[in-house]
Amino acid sequence: MKEKRDSSRLLLNMRRSISYIVLVFLVFLCLFPFFVLLVNATRSHPDIQKGFSFIPGGSFLTNMVHVLNNENLPVLSGIVNSLFIAGMSGILATYFSGLTAYAIHAYEFRLKRAVYLFIMLIMMVPVQVSTLGFVDLMGKMKLMDNFIPLIIPSIASPVVFFFMKQYLDSTLPLDIVEAARIDGSGEFSTFNKIVVPIMKPAIAVQAIFTFVGSWNNYFVPSLIIKSNSKKTLPILIAQLRSADFLKFDMGQVYMLVAIAIFPVVLVYICLSKFIIRGVTAGSVKG
Amino acid sequence: MKKERQKIVKQKGVSYAKWGYLFLIPFFTVYIIFSLIPLISTFYNSFFENYMSGLKRIGPNFIGFENYKSILNADLLQYMNNTLIMWLMGFIPQIGVALLLAVWFSDLRLRLRATGVFKTIIYMPNLIMAAAFSMLFFTLFSDSGPVNNILMGMGALGEPFRFLSSVWATRGLIAGMNFLMWFGNTTIVLMAAIMGIDGALLEAAAIDGASPWKVFSKVIIPSIRPILIYVIITSMIGGIQMFDIPQIFTKGAGSPDRQSMTLIMYLNNHLFSKNYGMGGALSVILFIISAILSVLVFASMNKDMVKRKGGK
Repeated sequence: MKEKRDSSRLLLNMRRSISYIVLVFLVFLCLFPFFVLLVNATRSHPDIQKGFSFIPGGSFLTNMVHVLNNENLPVLSGIVNSLFIAGMSGILATYFSGLTAYAIHAYEFRLKRAVYLFIMLIMMVPVQVSTLGFVDLMGKMKLMDNFIPLIIPSIASPVVFFFMKQYLDSTLPLDIVEAARIDGSGEFSTFNKIVVPIMKPAIAVQAIFTFVGSWNNYFVPSLIIKSNSKKTLPILIAQLRSADFLKFDMGQVYMLVAIAIFPVVLVYICLSKFIIRGVTAGSVKG
Repeated sequence: MKKERQKIVKQKGVSYAKWGYLFLIPFFTVYIIFSLIPLISTFYNSFFENYMSGLKRIGPNFIGFENYKSILNADLLQYMNNTLIMWLMGFIPQIGVALLLAVWFSDLRLRLRATGVFKTIIYMPNLIMAAAFSMLFFTLFSDSGPVNNILMGMGALGEPFRFLSSVWATRGLIAGMNFLMWFGNTTIVLMAAIMGIDGALLEAAAIDGASPWKVFSKVIIPSIRPILIYVIITSMIGGIQMFDIPQIFTKGAGSPDRQSMTLIMYLNNHLFSKNYGMGGALSVILFIISAILSVLVFASMNKDMVKRKGGK
């Protein structure tokens, strides 16, 4: 009996060791590219050409100054543009998806079920299949090379709506709405003053996801934006890739990639618990 | 008294309905202008000959299904094949590793430490800008990049290996990036599903002396089947949309020899050259494929719901 228990403990310890080894290997895979990026962003072009080293160099600031002042790549305005578009998208997507979810959650009307079903259906349609018509229409509306086509569509975000609806279902009893009515609150101000504060946690998580999605978006912006001063970071990275890259200062190349990646990583490190909980909130309840 | 109140509520209910509609206006206005009309116009465009020949626009002339015929006779099947291969090369390890990790993280007897830290790290690549990630991999694996440097320094290679000139190295790296970006996400979703399994079921299996493999194959997999199907199909829909990574990695050429050109890269080429007829036909084909996949998602989710309700 004791032998059996010992052997099963041995087996358990072995399984535990194997899992740690696999986990450490995966963590290495996840972190190594970013480690190289971090190291090379601090090294000068000649240093990088000499070969790889695990020790950071001292050219972090030089690289930063060079890439921000690069004449061919409007990096500074790229950061500002990306921040503005992603920030606005985050605000609009969460506010209006919240409003839409509230309409379905709190009111009884004839088309309610049909509307809900419709939004669930369009959730799965990839953006790319309507992009042709989108670009064509934006051309006709004289909205090419403009931020509007990159910001306004986020008002209709079926996925954010879905999360908000799930959140309302679990946290907003209709008695509260009823009580507000009795106190003479108008419907719209009930939403703004009572429902939005209740939805804050969901809004925060979804705002982060929408922000990151918009910050990382390349396909549609690359078709809409034409002029240098309006380009976003992903477009600049693509431009860097299609330029003859060997002629470039590699320190600057790594620095630009770092600028695109690390702000999101920093936000993520601060809010990871919050964000990881948000990943499963909608998908599992199904 | 009660009746009176009910009456008031009912009356109010009728008058409140208009607020429901009113609050839906922003969503639907934006959806119709920026998504529905473009979708319809994309479909409409697919039936017309409409492209640029030099600076001159040819068309639009109605040609029925000619665009569909010519796109099927062009390299569409090749690109579909590329997309499928690269998706599979990334997805098979992704679902395998994610299942393994999800089981380990939720195994109470194994009691792994620091799972929070592990989860945080493996999910991180999911939030990274795909374009930047791809650019990073391009520089890492370029002929004189760090990976070649390290391998040559260790003596594993005599001369730099030209990753971007090899079909399978390029496909493998693209699939590898997709894997890195998504396995953490899948792990978290599957873990939540495994945590949702009735504890009594797992306990009963443990008391009966079932081996970890038996518990995994006979209890865990059947219990999370609906979510597993959901993960597979949504990943497929994501796979069809594969664009940023191969586009940046291969400079939009799908090199070498267009063996890593995906469907959306092909669509992107038509959009840039303003070939609206062919682009439209391609979009419609992509729409149909993803619609079929979405129906499968809903079918699997509804089945699950019926089962759950029936069971309880």
